Amino acid sequence: MKERTFWLVVLGALLIWSFLGLSWPGKTLAVGLSMAAKMVEGILHPDWSFAGETLRYLLESLEMAFVGTALSALLAIPFGFWAAAHPIGKAFLAAVRTFPELILAIVFLVGLGPGPFAGVMALAVHSTGMLGKLYGEAVEHVSPGPREALLAVGAPSTSLLWLAVLPQVLPAFLSLAIYRFEINVRAATVLGVVGAGGIGTPLLFSLQAYAWPKVGMMLLAIVVAVFAVDFLSARARQKLV
Amino acid sequence: MAEEAPRIPIPWAWYGGGLLSLAVIFISSWHLQIRPQELLQGLPQMIRLFQEFLHPDVSYLKKVLPALLDTLRMAIGGTAMGAFFSFPLLFWAAKNTAPAPWVYHLSRFLLNFLRTLPELLLAALFVAVVGLGMMSGLLAIAIFSLGIIGKLASEKVETIDPGPLEALQAVGAPLPVRILWAAWPQMSPDWLSYTLYTLEINIRAATILGLVGAGGIGSLLTTAMKSLAYPKVAAILLAVFFMVLLVEGWSSFMRRRIL
Repeated sequence: MKERTFWLVVLGALLIWSFLGLSWPGKTLAVGLSMAAKMVEGILHPDWSFAGETLRYLLESLEMAFVGTALSALLAIPFGFWAAAHPIGKAFLAAVRTFPELILAIVFLVGLGPGPFAGVMALAVHSTGMLGKLYGEAVEHVSPGPREALLAVGAPSTSLLWLAVLPQVLPAFLSLAIYRFEINVRAATVLGVVGAGGIGTPLLFSLQAYAWPKVGMMLLAIVVAVFAVDFLSARARQKLV
Repeated sequence: MAEEAPRIPIPWAWYGGGLLSLAVIFISSWHLQIRPQELLQGLPQMIRLFQEFLHPDVSYLKKVLPALLDTLRMAIGGTAMGAFFSFPLLFWAAKNTAPAPWVYHLSRFLLNFLRTLPELLLAALFVAVVGLGMMSGLLAIAIFSLGIIGKLASEKVETIDPGPLEALQAVGAPLPVRILWAAWPQMSPDWLSYTLYTLEINIRAATILGLVGAGGIGSLLTTAMKSLAYPKVAAILLAVFFMVLLVEGWSSFMRRRIL
């Protein structure tokens, strides 16, 4: 009980420290409120003449998410087996995971120049770190039965992976990859902020120009796309498990 | 016992699905104008970048530290605000404590909606409203945290023991009393645990919010990136890495203590 009080005090002190150190914004409340009113007003009246262009950018984000996820879903297979077999594999994947997509995107921008390719690579690398870990856990939970059965009838050891291990883990791998696609769709909508392709670039420009009806159009498209992808992905994963 | 026909280890549908996915990958890559050889051409530049990363500018850390603390403040303050405002919502979004079905559906929809918007977009919106600086980052984190904590905690509420709720209802206690004395005590440790978990997510997110002008270390990072000062970038990333590690370690230690 005493320890609990101690931690609550620590938590309280941290909170006070955080709020006291806040720098207050330069805008006054009145300016902020009128700005917010304009923003809400504009966002609630999307610019439908911009719908075609919005869809093109949105498609780019979705394609980036799909290709990035697919690449990582394949790359994560060897890394997952490595992580299941050896602690170094686990540590390697943990190191890869620490870099957020946006930071990776900036690194790839240096080598690849602006455009969706850098975004795809950023998504692929970060997701490989995540999926590799989860794949590794799936591999560790494989039942030894089929493997032993194959060995008992004298099957060649090269057939073990294909006939005993992969059939057990593939549904889990696919389910995890589909879930990762959900996350990557969200990530792909913001990668454009650093110039790595997708709907983020026009969105940032419109935000900075206070072009709220355009922002409203793009936000609407993003929200609908994210909802749809989440719904379909949940359906697909239910079927797999 | 009925004889079961031996199945092939990996059904044919999987091969078909694999081929279909490959086709979509190729079409998308073609549409995105991805040329894999560019990766090889860009490799020397990226390797040089990594080499510069290996020599972080240690003297720059003095400038990095205040911004790092600002980032931490944004994450803690935003998470706390999100946790605070999750309050009525998390009970409204649980079937067993919602005052009416329409409140339940509306709250669920609101929580789902809040989570569809990426934090960086929220931050960019708030920058337009409240101006450049930490406050917009904090508000963005608060909204996002509200979505996560509300969703996780309301799902927890739905799994609590109904006994105490029914006992209070039997003696005629109104809903707020039932929630406060029967539901909340059963899930308050979980709520705190979800809040700490959200803090772990937010500490990572807070480091990049500066990209859109929402304060914290991200603004230093963008400046260093744009001026191609990679040793400075390396120093910042190193500092971020250790802060994230520290906060995550502390938070997961706390979560083990609470539950």
